Amino acid sequence: MQTKPRIVPLGDSSLLVQFGEEINPAVNQRVHALASLLEAPPFKGMTETVPAYAALLVQYDPLLISFTRVRSFLREKISQAGETASRRPKQVQVPVRYGGEFGVDLESVACHLQLQADDIIRLHTQRTYTVYMMGFTPGFPYMGTLDDALFMPRLETPRLHVPAGTVAIAGSQTGIYPIVSPGGWQLIGWTPLQLFDPHSEAPFLFSPGDEVRFIEEK
Amino acid sequence: MWLVIKIMSLEIIEVNGLATVQDPGRVGWRKFGVPTSGAMDAFALHTTNLLVGNDPSCAAIEIGLGDIALRALRDCVISVAGVGFGLSVYIWDFPLWSSYYVRGGWTIRLTKLDSGMWAYLAISGGVLSKPVLGSRSTYLRGPFGGLDGRQLQAGDVLRSGTPSRPLTSLAARTLPAEVRPFYSDNPTLDVIMGPQEKYFTEESTAKFVSQEFVVSPTSDRMGYRLEGVPLTHRNKTELISEGMTMGAIQVPSNGQPIIMMADSPTTGGYPKIGTVVSADLPLLAQCAPGKSRIRFRKTTVAKAQKKYRELMSGLERMVEE
Repeated sequence: MQTKPRIVPLGDSSLLVQFGEEINPAVNQRVHALASLLEAPPFKGMTETVPAYAALLVQYDPLLISFTRVRSFLREKISQAGETASRRPKQVQVPVRYGGEFGVDLESVACHLQLQADDIIRLHTQRTYTVYMMGFTPGFPYMGTLDDALFMPRLETPRLHVPAGTVAIAGSQTGIYPIVSPGGWQLIGWTPLQLFDPHSEAPFLFSPGDEVRFIEEK
Repeated sequence: MWLVIKIMSLEIIEVNGLATVQDPGRVGWRKFGVPTSGAMDAFALHTTNLLVGNDPSCAAIEIGLGDIALRALRDCVISVAGVGFGLSVYIWDFPLWSSYYVRGGWTIRLTKLDSGMWAYLAISGGVLSKPVLGSRSTYLRGPFGGLDGRQLQAGDVLRSGTPSRPLTSLAARTLPAEVRPFYSDNPTLDVIMGPQEKYFTEESTAKFVSQEFVVSPTSDRMGYRLEGVPLTHRNKTELISEGMTMGAIQVPSNGQPIIMMADSPTTGGYPKIGTVVSADLPLLAQCAPGKSRIRFRKTTVAKAQKKYRELMSGLERMVEE
């Protein structure tokens, strides 16, 4: 029996539909299911939505529609939304060079976890991950869930410059830095794939809800 | 072969502040982590566009922190809306919130005054630049939008579109002071509490609306940081990241609130004690970091939406002189 989500205002032109308070694949599926239902077609006055781990942000124009009307519309949609998104997730294989100059923390991660570098690569490539949400910088995918054996804390002092394409892990999550940016995650590899090109017809490699597998490139 | 003539309209002579091209913002890409960007004071941008006969979605020059001087390369109508600047055109000083006819060759100068923060210089036809992800707004951290994602500098030449009407009919229009937001150095801002109000002690939520906060000098287009008596979290100081918007007030573990502004990230993991209402975001944007003091006052969503509708309906009272 799934719990009823909470609908709470975030200011006068947004609201949050909160499905839970933890990082959990089933909860995240419900976020994406509602997001895809709202996209086809959007309600009059809807501006955009931002899916996250357990909550969907819905932005609207208060000159066109009131909070109470958006809320009752969403209650109806939530009752129609299934457990999973109607859109089939895109599946993306990501080639990765692990270790060395491409993943400067691979050895220290292995050491910290009392594993070999090869074990880290095997554990990282063996699962299919879901893009739970995007944020931090344009195109940054927050993916999970990592094998428990790969659980690593963030760096104590974030780096100022992490190169674009760097594959990283932190806690139960893995991600890829789309553009040069500061970063506090453990860097284990690098992919030549371009995750974000603002001038392209398809600016983003990933969308929230996509499925991702990492393939080792030697 | 057709000869394509690009109309060059404004040349930047000198910039001491932060000048960027901004429109109302980048809509539809937040789910991919792209900030909205756009004008810090959306009301001033909206108004300055209307004054020169533009659609409110047109781009203008946002200037903050310091002075700017430009040269008109042909006849045009301009207007400046915002707070904290003096305007001179050719040899005359003019008030803001009005439109003026400018002859080719004349110099337009905006001089930073003590209070206020941002001004919006619109040109009839709108500033043109290549839209990126559907918007001309500059996102400096991207970097994309505006002029190659960067701030404007001396020597830049901006193009503009076709004015909506003959120039003489666009000049000398003004928005009366009584329908503008009540800008102040020390404003009281209406806030809708939550969604994580319960993450804070009762004493802290009371303190949130009873104390005065200073706008920190470290504030920028991403966020306005506040300094005051620290707010205390009940137990958890973080939640799993969720979407947020301009105006949302996050409180990290040090207890000093950060209000999300135009370039803020799309998601965040600190508890949000409340959100500043749309009608008061212009007042907040125009607070001078290091100087302005602000207070918060609780309101409801219904009251906030009514207040915003009233503010925007004031634009119908634009006067043609």
